[in-house]
This record gives sequence, C-alpha cells and structure tokens, in this order.
Amino acid sequence: MNPLRVRHLLSAADLDRAGATAVLDTATEMAAMAGREVKKLPTLRGRTVVNLFYEDSTRTRISFEAAAKRLSADVINFSAKGSSVSKGESLKDTALTLQAMGADAVVIRHPASGAPHRLAHWIDGTVINAGDGTHEHPTQALLDAYTMRSRHGQLEGLKVAIVGDVLHSRVARSNVHLLHTLGAHVTLVAPPTLLPLGIEAWPAQVSYDLDATLPGVDVVMMLRVQRERMSDSFFPSEREYARRYGLDADRARALAAHAIVMHPGPMNRGMEIAPEVADSTRSTIVEQVANGVSVRMAVLYLMLGGHK
Amino acid sequence: MLRPEAAVALKLSRRPLTTRPVRRGRGSALAYHETVQHKIIVSDSDLARIVDRISHQILEKTDGARDAVLLGIPTRGVPLARRLAARIEAFEGVRVPVGTLDVTLYRDDLRLRGARPIGPTDLPPDGIDGRRVILVDDVLFSGRTIRAALDALADLGRPRLVQLAVLVDRGHRELPIRADYVGKNIPTGLDESVRVKLAETDGTDEVRLTTQSGDAS
Repeated sequence: MNPLRVRHLLSAADLDRAGATAVLDTATEMAAMAGREVKKLPTLRGRTVVNLFYEDSTRTRISFEAAAKRLSADVINFSAKGSSVSKGESLKDTALTLQAMGADAVVIRHPASGAPHRLAHWIDGTVINAGDGTHEHPTQALLDAYTMRSRHGQLEGLKVAIVGDVLHSRVARSNVHLLHTLGAHVTLVAPPTLLPLGIEAWPAQVSYDLDATLPGVDVVMMLRVQRERMSDSFFPSEREYARRYGLDADRARALAAHAIVMHPGPMNRGMEIAPEVADSTRSTIVEQVANGVSVRMAVLYLMLGGHK
Repeated sequence: MLRPEAAVALKLSRRPLTTRPVRRGRGSALAYHETVQHKIIVSDSDLARIVDRISHQILEKTDGARDAVLLGIPTRGVPLARRLAARIEAFEGVRVPVGTLDVTLYRDDLRLRGARPIGPTDLPPDGIDGRRVILVDDVLFSGRTIRAALDALADLGRPRLVQLAVLVDRGHRELPIRADYVGKNIPTGLDESVRVKLAETDGTDEVRLTTQSGDAS
C-alpha cells in the first residue's frame, strides 16, 4: 500500500491528516522542480495514466496531463466527445477497454456523482476522482489547501469562508472535508436555496450573511455559480445574487489585510467575483492553477510510485 | 510480518537504504533465535579525524578545492558535506558551496519498496555547471544510490567532473561505482548492517556494525 493508505482517491475524506500532509509536503518539493531546466523526472517511467473525461475541463485535464508527463508516465487522453461514448458505449465497457490496455491509473471526470466509485470496482488500476457531478473533487481541495498553506504558512486554526453555490459544488464538499482534517475552520456562506440537505452534519458552520463573515476570515473562496446544473430558480435574478453574495471591490475592502481570495475557476466575472478583485494582489487564482500541477504530481507519485 | 506496511509508509525512520540489506522470503525473524551483536567501529574522535583527512584529500585532489561544490545526499550525507566544507575552510580558508541532492525520485527500487517521502534538493546559487561536484554520502553499499544521484545530476546541469566521498565503504557493489574518498573500508557480510550516527541527526557521532547471527531454534 502507498503512503496515503488508500488504493483509490475518490473522496477528500479518504485522506487522514498524515496522508494529506504528505501530499502537501511532496508537492512543495515537486514545485521546486518546476524552476529547473529539465522539468522531467524518471519516476513513473513505464506507467500508463489514462485521463478519462466525460465532462468539459481545461485546468484539471491539462494539469493532470502535465503532472503525469513530468513524471515520465505515458498519458492517454480520452474525452467522451469523439469516442465510442457518443455511439452509446457504457462506462463499464469503456472501463473494461482501459483495463485491457493495462492502465495503471485512471483519472476520471464524470457528470454523475459516484461514477469513480463504480469504476473502481471494475478495474485493477488506481482511480483518481477528478470531479464527479456535485459530489467531490479531491485534488482541487488538495491544491487549495496547498495554496492556503503556502500563503499563510499553516492550516491549523485558519478561518476559511466558502461562498456561493455550495449545493452544486464538488469543490466545496471536498474542501470542507480536507480543511476539517487539516485543522482549519470553515464557514459556508450561501443563500438557503443553495445549501444541500443535511448540511448540519458537515464539519462546518453555515451563514447566510456574507458581510458579517468577511472581516474575520483569512481566506475567502468564491464558488462558481453553476448555471449548467441549475434546473430550478434558486435565486430571483443574477443581479440580486451578485449584490448579496458577489465579492465586489467594496466587500474586498472589508477583508483583513492578510486575507486571500480564491476561486477554483472558471470564473463568472461580475457575478460571484468582480474583475478588479479577481485581478488584485489578494487573488491566488493563477497561483492555484500552477499549484495544481505540483499537487497532482505529488498525488501520482505517492499513489503510483511504489508497488501495487 | 517481516516488513510491516507501516514501515514503508510515512512514519518510517529515514535510515539510508545502503545500511540495511533488504531481506525477503527466507530468514523470517520469527523462525530463528537471533543474537544481535553491536560493535562500534568508528568512535567520535575517529570520525573527526576521518573528516579532517578527507578534507585534506579533497584539497589535494581538486587543486585546493577550486570550483568545487559539495552535494550531500540525504539524510546523513548532508551534515557530512557541511562538516567537510567547514574543515576545508578552516584549513585553507576556501569557502566551498554546499548543497543537498535528494535522489528518491530517481531510485530504481521504488516499485520494490514503495513510494517514500521526498526530501529537498538545494543547489548552491551558482549551480553546478562547469564545477567539480563532490557527492557526499554516509555509506557506500550496492552503489544504487550513487547511480540515482548521477542521473539526478544530469537533469540539474553539467558538472566538469563528479567525485564521490563516503564515510564508510562496506563493499557488496552491484554496479561499477567506486568512491574517490573513503573514510573507512569495512568488510561486511550481507547479514550485517552498518549504522552511521551523526550529532546533527542522531545526537552522537559513531559508526556501529550490527551482526545478527541466527540459529534455527
């Protein structure tokens, strides 16, 4: 078994404190490598990593691809468009195809929550969840935690506000689990309609009032309003949402001087975050993307580097 | 049973691989009545003399340590490299840059022994291009660590030459690698292990040879 003591990375809750810290520490060393002339390590030579993407993605797919290539793994990119999926092939049959090709790891993004769990039963390799429906996105949470740690020095006791469409957000769910494991305090801020059922059981506080929360936090993470998953009217109008829950320049001034602003991307500029805030020095949005490669290298190394 | 998974995992004590032969299969600890014998083969004063001697040899063989860079291999190569640099400076007033070279990601036994935490790699600000790089490690055993270090160096730059300094050469090479500076040659059996302790990492300076003689009980 690998140092993370999990065979698959399906949920951020799978990681204990030691495992999550190992990923962040390893990512720090991987990041140091990004400044080298030869940005390549022989560590995963001969291993095959399949990127299985059933949903559109820019950041996550490119960053997993770059991470695997920097570790010298062979990368096969599979997107549902242009494959036999558009002819009606099931997830299971696709999985069996990948199994036959000898994939050591499958990185999967799927619109259905739980698809990576199903996949893990069908193949021998390691399954890494790169976002499933409204469920989880563990590597995003890891890179967010890495970004917070590199800006603030530590995670223990850090106050984090996660703001916006919590209901549809796999990023929020994974972050709440991981930040709780690592000792940070999370407050979820959203209109009541955008909070999931059973939120009381999450290890986080809940607030409906953004202005009351902002002055006391070290990190504010804005979530994307996921129009594509909105089948109902969750708020009266976009303007009203932006006015009550958007982070504009006035609200950003209420933040403590050291507080940082995060966003998992892609952003709806002017909706949940104002352009001048997104481009300010507080914002870590571009940093998060760069950190994504280091963190995913760490995950691939720790999960695939050793024996199976 | 022999090697619990936990030992591979995080809390593993980071002893250099070279000091502990991997034993698999036969020879389970439970099947034998073991007697363990420790012998201190290098004391703290011996160790200081050895560091002094290697420092002199480096000065002699590298033209007064001109363009030299000392790169320590974690864990115990790093304090050794610092000590060598300090002695060289004390003897000749030459300040030799010291760095750290972690070779974990270049090892050929990751699949056998599992992914392990990686350490920092810090090169001196001027880099290693055109320099005389002296790798420093505590124990030279199979030579596989040094092979990994040579691969890692190739990705970091192009040194003018690469030399190797080790505190202990215990034999049993598996690759055509030899050291340029050797503190002490210690003939060992594969059932023995060599344990280097340094004040910086272990609180004391000594090299200990441990023999495990097993009688079937």
